[in-house]
Amino acid sequence: MSRENVLVSAAWSEENLQTPGVVFAEVDEDTTAYDGGHIPGAVRIDWKTELQDQVRRDFVDREGFEKLLSAKGISNDDTVVLYGGNNNWFAAYAYWYFKLYGHNDVKLLDGGRKKWELDGRPLDKEEVTRPATSYKAQEQDLSIRAFRDEVVDAIGNKNLVDVRSPDEFSGKLLAPAHLPQEQAQRAGHIPSAVNVPWSKAANEDGTFKSDDELREIYAEAGFDGSRKTIAYCRIGERSSHTWFALRELLGHEDVKNYDGSWTEYGSLVGVPIELGSGKEA
Amino acid sequence: MSNGCGAPAQGGSVDANTTETVLEGKVLSEGTPVGGAFVRLLDATGEFTAEVVSSPEGDFRFFAAPGAWTVRALHRTGNGQADVSATGPGVHAVEIAVA
Repeated sequence: MSRENVLVSAAWSEENLQTPGVVFAEVDEDTTAYDGGHIPGAVRIDWKTELQDQVRRDFVDREGFEKLLSAKGISNDDTVVLYGGNNNWFAAYAYWYFKLYGHNDVKLLDGGRKKWELDGRPLDKEEVTRPATSYKAQEQDLSIRAFRDEVVDAIGNKNLVDVRSPDEFSGKLLAPAHLPQEQAQRAGHIPSAVNVPWSKAANEDGTFKSDDELREIYAEAGFDGSRKTIAYCRIGERSSHTWFALRELLGHEDVKNYDGSWTEYGSLVGVPIELGSGKEA
Repeated sequence: MSNGCGAPAQGGSVDANTTETVLEGKVLSEGTPVGGAFVRLLDATGEFTAEVVSSPEGDFRFFAAPGAWTVRALHRTGNGQADVSATGPGVHAVEIAVA
C-alpha cells in the first residue's frame, strides 16, 4: 500500500472532476455544508442517516449498502474519492466502511473540504444525480473492525491507540471541546492504551503529514510495529482517520478500528478503566 | 443510533450561568465578521484540541476546561489567532482578527 493508491491531492481532484469512472462523494454528519456548496459533481453521503442503522447501533447491512451505492450511482469498478468536513473524519470513516464492504478502489481527498476551501477551489450548488447502478457489496471484512470483547482481550498485548484529545484520554473531558460535556459513560481510557490524538497525523490545513513524520509520531508514543493494533476514539470516526494513517499510509497490516469506541467501552459494566495521562510520573 | 463527534452549527447562545467552561466569540476581518473560517482551539502547549467552522456571522464556540488557550482561525483570505484565559466555568469572550 502506498500513499498514491489511497490519497489524492486537491489539485489532482480538480483536474479529474469530469473523468469517467471517478466519483466524488462528500461525507458528513451534518450535511448542511454540502447544501451550501459542494465539489462540482460530488454526490452526498449522510453519515448519520445513510451509513448507520436507524434503529440498532450498527451499520446498514450488506443489502442496505448495496441499495445505497446503487441509488447514488456508484459502480463496483468506480474510483470513489471521498472528502468531507471536520478534517475528513467522516470521509475517513466512510473510506473504512467502503473497505469493510469490499469496495476495490476508494481514495481520500487529502485535506478534505478544508484544504479545498482554503485553496479557494470551486464549489457549486448544482443538484447531482447519477444514473442508478446495481452495486454488489462483499460480506464485511472483519479483519479491519474490532468489537468490544477483543478490545478487552487486547489490553496489555496489542497496541491500543486512543486518538482522542489528551483531556478526553485523561478523563478531564468526555467529548471533544466543541461539544457539550454531559455524557452517560464513565471518563478515562482503556488500560495500556497509548494516546496519540488523531490531529497529530494532520497538518493545520487538514492534509496528512508525511510518512516519515507519521512514523516518528507513532514510534515516539510507544507504538510497537510488531504488534497488532486497535484504534479507538469516542465514536469511531476520528479513529478511522488514524486507522487510515497506520494501515493505508504506513502499511501496518493488522490494524482494526473499534467503532464502538469510548461511548461503548465507557458504558460497559465491570471493564477496567484507567485515569490520568497514562505516562509514568 | 449514536451521534458523532462532528462540530455543531455555530452561533446562538448558551446560558450565562452554564457550569461548562465556554470560549466563544467572532472571527473578524477589519471589523467585518468572517464566516466559513476554520477555528482551532489549541491548549497551553500549542497542541490542537478542537476545531469548528465559524457561522455566517463569524461566531464560534468551544466547551473547554479552565486554563490558558489559544484560538486560531484559518481562512482563504488570511489567518489569525488570539489567547484567552478561562479562569473557571462560564462564558469567556474572545475575538480573532484575520488578515
